[in-house]
Amino acid sequence: NYFLLLLNNCLVSSCPSGCQSHGLTLLRDLTTQATFDIKRCDLHRLEEGPPLRAELTRDQGLQYYRTMQTVRRMELKADQLYKQKIIRGFCHLYDGQEACAVGIEAAITPSDHLITAYRAHAYTYTRGVSVKEILAELTGRKGGVAKGKGGSMHMYAPHFYGGNGIVGAQGQIFESYNMAALWKLPCIFICENNKYGMGTSVERAAACTDYYKRGDYIPGIRVDGMDVLCVREAAKFAADHCRSGKGPIIMELQTYRYHGHSMSDPGVSYRTREEIQEVRSKSDPISLLKERMLANNMASAEEFKVIDIAIRKEVEDAAQFATSDPEPPLDELCNHIFKSSPPLEVRGTNPWAKLQSLS
Amino acid sequence: MAASLNCFLRTGKNAVSALRRRGIHRSAPAAVQVTVRDALTQAMDEELERDERVFLLGEEVAQYDGAYKVSRGLWKKYGDQRIIDTPISEMGFTGIAVGAAMAGLRPICEFMTFNFSMQAIDQVINSAAKTCYMSAGLQSVPIVFRGPNGSSAGVAAQHSQCFAAWYAHCPGLKVVSPWNSEDARGLLKAAIRDDNPVVFLENELMYGVAFEMSEESQSKDFTVPIGKAKVERQGNHATLVSHSRYVGHCLDAAAVLAKEGIECEVINLRTIRPMDVESIETSVMKTNHLVTVEGGWPQFGVGAEICARIMEGPAFNYLDAPATRVTGVDIPMPYAKILEDNSVPQIKDIIFSVKKTLNV
Repeated sequence: NYFLLLLNNCLVSSCPSGCQSHGLTLLRDLTTQATFDIKRCDLHRLEEGPPLRAELTRDQGLQYYRTMQTVRRMELKADQLYKQKIIRGFCHLYDGQEACAVGIEAAITPSDHLITAYRAHAYTYTRGVSVKEILAELTGRKGGVAKGKGGSMHMYAPHFYGGNGIVGAQGQIFESYNMAALWKLPCIFICENNKYGMGTSVERAAACTDYYKRGDYIPGIRVDGMDVLCVREAAKFAADHCRSGKGPIIMELQTYRYHGHSMSDPGVSYRTREEIQEVRSKSDPISLLKERMLANNMASAEEFKVIDIAIRKEVEDAAQFATSDPEPPLDELCNHIFKSSPPLEVRGTNPWAKLQSLS
Repeated sequence: MAASLNCFLRTGKNAVSALRRRGIHRSAPAAVQVTVRDALTQAMDEELERDERVFLLGEEVAQYDGAYKVSRGLWKKYGDQRIIDTPISEMGFTGIAVGAAMAGLRPICEFMTFNFSMQAIDQVINSAAKTCYMSAGLQSVPIVFRGPNGSSAGVAAQHSQCFAAWYAHCPGLKVVSPWNSEDARGLLKAAIRDDNPVVFLENELMYGVAFEMSEESQSKDFTVPIGKAKVERQGNHATLVSHSRYVGHCLDAAAVLAKEGIECEVINLRTIRPMDVESIETSVMKTNHLVTVEGGWPQFGVGAEICARIMEGPAFNYLDAPATRVTGVDIPMPYAKILEDNSVPQIKDIIFSVKKTLNV
């Protein structure tokens, strides 16, 4: 899966927020900032790459943890609701890939533009939509971010262009590469390489699986997509590259999805349960971050537990809303065909059914 | 006791299938229940066996057994050369398929849904449909494009479009839209044997529906002619013309109307292009009332074409009322269930429209 990230020319420098005190006695014992070694990125047409060490403040760590865990619990709740048939149609879950969305968002600003494919719930969240509005969209209720009219693959937010359902676009990628390079557009092309395109492994689908190199004349980096710090540093590096006027850059994130392609794919006919379990136990992005912080005394196990409980409640409340909110009213059926247009008459299922569309 | 009973039953079953294999006809036809999906799988299996030039390509058709399991077992039986998994590159693999057809093979090109065919539509129209004409008959393109078309359940705007009207608009294409298992089997075999590009519009919601299939329709050379509609139900008061899943809706509506003494004639188009206008005209000249039913959007649609053709022919003078089109609502498909249900023709819409047309 590819998606595209467009950056403003404005460089917005974001300083980490000052350390918040969670209780003087606690803070005194904790490390408020640490530096971690991160994996070297593979480089294509680049002399230098992202740094090999990443700084992490306690606050940042807790924020990344909170965000990733929220995405994780939200996706698992969606799984549950889908099995209960409260969510219908297509549902492509992101669990396992959390470090990608969270790491990227940590490196960009809300005024940058982001677009992705159908595995979009995490980006919808990181781009500012609440869990409540996401789950309510999945359950098709009027409180959903698209009023229940879009569904899983069609959620939007300011500077977030969805959620898109059709991805047979290998040719379009290369057209985009050409124009972005030709016109030096500040674009980061991101490939979330989770090893499988639906049921087909990358080896069976791609003549060259070094996706970060496939922009040819466009520089690229290949990143450990399971480490949120690695993703953040790489995304920062890529953003700086674009913002300094050097043109587009490709970022391949090596990641993994625990679920199948969608809820109708068990995900075990083309890969083994052992493989999935191995990734879960050795490379889970949330565990990796948590263990790092614990090992460096940046937070206590108790704190993480408190955060987990709060997130569980948030997701539970959101699910409660999503299952009790009413469906959109029927007079919403034909609205929003056009923008900024006078009311339009719309034909219903038969010539006597004259419906109305408001902008 | 149980063992001998089992043995008896097994030999009994074997005897029956042996009789069938020898083509012995019995007084009662051996009809079986076959799902639309199985009818499609069997049709492809038989055509792959019959003609080594036939092959299937598309996303997940081989090792995954098909996204909707329509090609289940085929890769295991025929292997990599005949059942080919492609990357997610519709424009690319459709072009490859068309080229293969031009070079003498007989490809079946599967679109996971016809929504994805829009990525490849230039190959379907400009490379496949128009080539026989452009070459003055020198170059033919014996290809079948197949996959699910139209709305499903909760798959939202980008995955629910009906492409019948879009493809049927184009000269050089044959466009076929089966309803039941017999249609599916016979039309797919006919499409594969046809030397022209055929767009074969399946329906995801029909895949799991079982229909009784006659013994005759299970024969390996059973085909349904392309370009011929079928009267599924006879009636004198109104003609209902439909295709694909909505044929079933029409029959259900007709059953309800029959209780009120209104007898509908239900025509299953089977083929959209070339359309069997004559069958519709014959019916309209009998019933004097026409209602078309389709899942697609109203503007420039299948129903619109039927109405225009009726006006241009002898049946117009037999109409006692303007023809009525029952169609999908003229909006992108919403996701929420209540909105989706109200975006497509329901049985009550058909009943209502028949009564309005009959002015009762």
